[in-house]
Amino acid sequence: MIVAGIDVGGKNVHIVIKKDGQTLGKGAGPTGIKKAEAVEQLYDEVLKKAGLKRKDVERVVATGSSAKRVAFASGFIPDAAADARGVIKQIPTARTIIDVGAEEGRAIKVSAEGKVLDFAINEKCAAGTGTFVEAMSRALEISVEELAKIALESTQAIPMNAQCAVFGESEVVSLIHQKITKPDISRAVMDAIAGRIGSVARIVGLEKDVVMVGGMAKNAGFVDSLKKTIEMPVAVPEDPDYIGAMGAAEAALAGAMTEEAKTKVVEKETITGGKA
Amino acid sequence: MVQEVKQEFWRWPETNWVNPNIDWEKGKLITAGVDVGSVSTQAVVMVDGEPFAFGNTRTGSDSPTSAWTGVNFALEKTDLKVDNIDYTIGTGYGRVNVPMAQQAITEITCHARGANFMYGPEVRTVMDMGGQDCKAINVDERGKVLNFIMNDKCAAGTGRGMEVFADLIRVPVWEIGPRSFNISKEPPMISSTCVVFAKSEVIGLLEAGTPENEIMAAYCSAMAHRIMELLNRLGVKEKFVITGGIAKNEGVVKRLEKELKIKTAEQVWYNKQYRDKNIPFDTQIAGAIGAALFGNALLGMGKAKSARKA
Repeated sequence: MIVAGIDVGGKNVHIVIKKDGQTLGKGAGPTGIKKAEAVEQLYDEVLKKAGLKRKDVERVVATGSSAKRVAFASGFIPDAAADARGVIKQIPTARTIIDVGAEEGRAIKVSAEGKVLDFAINEKCAAGTGTFVEAMSRALEISVEELAKIALESTQAIPMNAQCAVFGESEVVSLIHQKITKPDISRAVMDAIAGRIGSVARIVGLEKDVVMVGGMAKNAGFVDSLKKTIEMPVAVPEDPDYIGAMGAAEAALAGAMTEEAKTKVVEKETITGGKA
Repeated sequence: MVQEVKQEFWRWPETNWVNPNIDWEKGKLITAGVDVGSVSTQAVVMVDGEPFAFGNTRTGSDSPTSAWTGVNFALEKTDLKVDNIDYTIGTGYGRVNVPMAQQAITEITCHARGANFMYGPEVRTVMDMGGQDCKAINVDERGKVLNFIMNDKCAAGTGRGMEVFADLIRVPVWEIGPRSFNISKEPPMISSTCVVFAKSEVIGLLEAGTPENEIMAAYCSAMAHRIMELLNRLGVKEKFVITGGIAKNEGVVKRLEKELKIKTAEQVWYNKQYRDKNIPFDTQIAGAIGAALFGNALLGMGKAKSARKA
């Protein structure tokens, strides 16, 4: 049976085509403003490269924050369920999954069977997401890739006071003025995001093995900061940004066309009070 | 080569002013309050507890320079010198780095006191909407803080959030309020709390061809809603006033009033004398006024010594 898994995220679309245990094709592209069109276009491209036609695909399962934009999907599963299936397929010992994408950060507690036991998510605030790195890389006037790389060359840990991405940009500028090196600032940025996602992960509880997926898992500087923050080893599967799509494809193969996962939405506490 | 002129839509105008009815040389106590905020700096000079001069400027790269800029701007049209001031109190985010100040007092205490002076002793709730934070403060009839809550961690609901929006939509920040009412129907508010995510949402609306004024209305509503969350936790009592820069944005204020079902107090001096003499009213100077008043009270009670040099 040939199936497709499509993950439509905040920033990118990922598509995986599978025939039983074998991957026939995969591809990724920006979501852009016209999400539905971006999906259609990428889907045809991936199929063409694999030498397939739309009618060859028996089941299509979509996931991601804009999964509903996949008009031709035969099923939809939540991001957490897709992550769980995708990770367990590659790393069966995984019990905690940390997924940091462009606009969300989530932690998932998963069973050996790839079932979601518990999960927490931050989708309200850019701090603790890939968007935060993008904003800081603009302030540093370097690319995101460069920022991720040079963070590893840092020689000292500088704490960032700002949680908010908007305030963080000004803080990065003031760190530059204080002659803090770019590698040290990059590390500070990574530590800040790791701190935020670390506290989301503590809500579900950190259990070994911890596996990191999503676009930020490709960012070596971030994975390093995360390891230090949670004081645990962190494994990264192959193609961590494709995990959602792979999980959706696994669900299609298993015939699990609809799945549910309970959500715990985490909104950062920004209000403090007192008496004078 | 074509040079691109970068227009900064967030830049609000700086203002200063002198009270022509006061001869400072005849005054007994000259006190100043310098409020160095994260975005703006205000300096107010008072003669025997009456406003004499003020300046409202943008905060620069460091607090001492910003404090000097503010004070010099306030004194620009007067012959009063810094050395003639008896006592100066620093307040705001940069209060510990105000070089001409003898003392620092938190901005919450100063805003409460300043709002009491500006809007009168009936004020019970002060919402100070600053550049990088917002505070809801309950006060008593003397302007003393009873309790407060604040958000200083998130740009949503702060002046900075509005500045980011102004730059994005390319409309001067002071035009956003009036233009947000120039619409055929009230649109749903921007759903993202986070300013960064709200930016993407706004870009999406622009791409979809939503009229600019409607987007401004949607953004103002979201900001009003955000402030509501804070006020609901504290509990609002009338007379309710808004101080700080956002108080000047009627797009946010009117929508907040509608949601709260409470009117904010009129933005005019409580003291009839100031009203009649057309002394300009500026919602941003409450903190500096409060600081200057504390200086006057401390000297008056003999709890502080004059630092006057000339």
